[in-house]
Amino acid sequence: MAPVSLAVPSSAQQWSMSVRAFRCWLTVYRRIWRSSIWSSVLGPVCYLGALGFGLGTLVDKHSTASLGGVSYLAFVAPAILASGAMNTAMSEASFPVFGSLKWNRIYFGAQASPLRPADIFRGHLMFMAMRIAMNCAFVLLVMWAFGAIRSAWVVLAYPAAVLTGLAFAAPIAAWAVTVKMESSFTYVFRFGLTPLMLFSGTFFPLSQLPAGLRVLAYATPLWHGVALCRAFSLGTAVRDPAGMLGHVAYLAALAVVGTWAGARTYRRRLYV
Amino acid sequence: MLERSEPEVLVRARGLTKTFGSFTAVDGIDFDLYRGEAFGFLGPNGAGKSSTMRMIGCVSPPTSGELSILGRDPVRDGSAIRARLGVVPQDDTLDMELTVRENLLVYGRYFGLPRRVIRERTAELLEFVQLADRANSKVDPLSGGLKRRLTIARSLINEPEILILDEPTTGLDPQARHVVWDRLFRLKQRGVTLILTTHYMDEAEQLCDRLVVMDHGRFAAEGSPRSLIARYCSPEVLELRFDPQLHEAAADKLKDFPAERSEVLADRILLYVADGDEVLAAVHASGLEPLTSLVRRGTLEDVFLRLTGRRLED
Repeated sequence: MAPVSLAVPSSAQQWSMSVRAFRCWLTVYRRIWRSSIWSSVLGPVCYLGALGFGLGTLVDKHSTASLGGVSYLAFVAPAILASGAMNTAMSEASFPVFGSLKWNRIYFGAQASPLRPADIFRGHLMFMAMRIAMNCAFVLLVMWAFGAIRSAWVVLAYPAAVLTGLAFAAPIAAWAVTVKMESSFTYVFRFGLTPLMLFSGTFFPLSQLPAGLRVLAYATPLWHGVALCRAFSLGTAVRDPAGMLGHVAYLAALAVVGTWAGARTYRRRLYV
Repeated sequence: MLERSEPEVLVRARGLTKTFGSFTAVDGIDFDLYRGEAFGFLGPNGAGKSSTMRMIGCVSPPTSGELSILGRDPVRDGSAIRARLGVVPQDDTLDMELTVRENLLVYGRYFGLPRRVIRERTAELLEFVQLADRANSKVDPLSGGLKRRLTIARSLINEPEILILDEPTTGLDPQARHVVWDRLFRLKQRGVTLILTTHYMDEAEQLCDRLVVMDHGRFAAEGSPRSLIARYCSPEVLELRFDPQLHEAAADKLKDFPAERSEVLADRILLYVADGDEVLAAVHASGLEPLTSLVRRGTLEDVFLRLTGRRLED
């Protein structure tokens, strides 16, 4: 019985170890991608249709000065891109992580291999990033089809949206692995994501909020993601490059801290 | 074959301890496991078997004591050690949405094996566990016994030197258990070192060259199944079952009988004797009328009862 040729993993091998875990998720996803594609396309079509055209027609009859002089469709579309990234992050980082411990126990299977908890985490995070990137691409396609894009800068809205998703996915996954009861996720959905979705300058500009609430909104990650995507989609980013860098720094910091924390929470949860 | 006279130690533990808060799951155990043997941890639930297995599997750092596996430190070199281990966990961790073949593919990738190698080994392993005809069926509808066999096949994808099995046949019907035992026996013949936990004495007797009886995180005894029975049990055991209302009175009266030892269980009385039939005749002669009686050989179950005062499956 010759041992498998496998050297001690060095930091240089971390990447390849994480890719092994990622490929497991790809194999699983190959079985279910068809059903997931439908919701990825239908979601943005419904949102943009209802808000951009339905509600937008009403809004556009009045002055759209507070929207920056663009149509409501153009205003709301990039926000749907950013909040869609957040929602994909939440759905990929919550129950799938919990289920990998409690339901199909994928993590425990992987744990008996050379993969370490941090590899298992990063591999899963790569898959989440892939799903976020896929869904954001669909939203952008729908935006384009609906004529909701105002600037060629929109190509940068794509990485901005993916970064927004990662800023949520990494910390949520880091936390989800510690969750004991699945009802905890419901609270986060209800009291975390829903308010964020509503009050981050998504459906109306923050200038409509009272000053106190506005400060609160500025502190939330989704507002930064929405502001970034909107600036690229409308082409207003060039006017405020420092602001854009600030948004990117905020979101990147969240993603990095989440990735750092996840390596630790996964280790604590899997190596007991 | 290297030193035939001095077997190679694959796992070595000294004062190995695992605590969870104030609870001590494994309480300072010492053991050496040799290449090619089948070593069993026998004990009831909560005895510390699974905690010991997890430490050997390098997924649970010891609280204190020494542990070396394949000559390496499980905390520092866990990943490299795990590359040479196979693990059959107590609960299957198969991916139900995937096919039998895909489960092996995913697992082989965890070990960094090239696709071609995985394909070859998958064919061999499915043949070995007699699942070749189910290669493309999904895992979910498979019976418990088939899933277990798939888990065993999966654990062998990296051609491990040590196979760790935690309760390999718990929850399987007798037929399925015998198939699993047969496959494990063949693996042992091929030179794979087996480490297993069980609370089935027949499993331990069938598979283990050497075993330890574990209770409350410590070893109560160790040796081969045969030597343990010889040391801790009489050659024969007479089991008597009485009308529940007469149970206690009968137990009292049986105290005077010439037995090495007796155990009064809730539903039966066990007399440990040299010659069961002789004592049974004496029981009848004394006027006691057991509802049923059975003369049998001593088993590991009796050893366990003797050592811990409890039954294995309680």
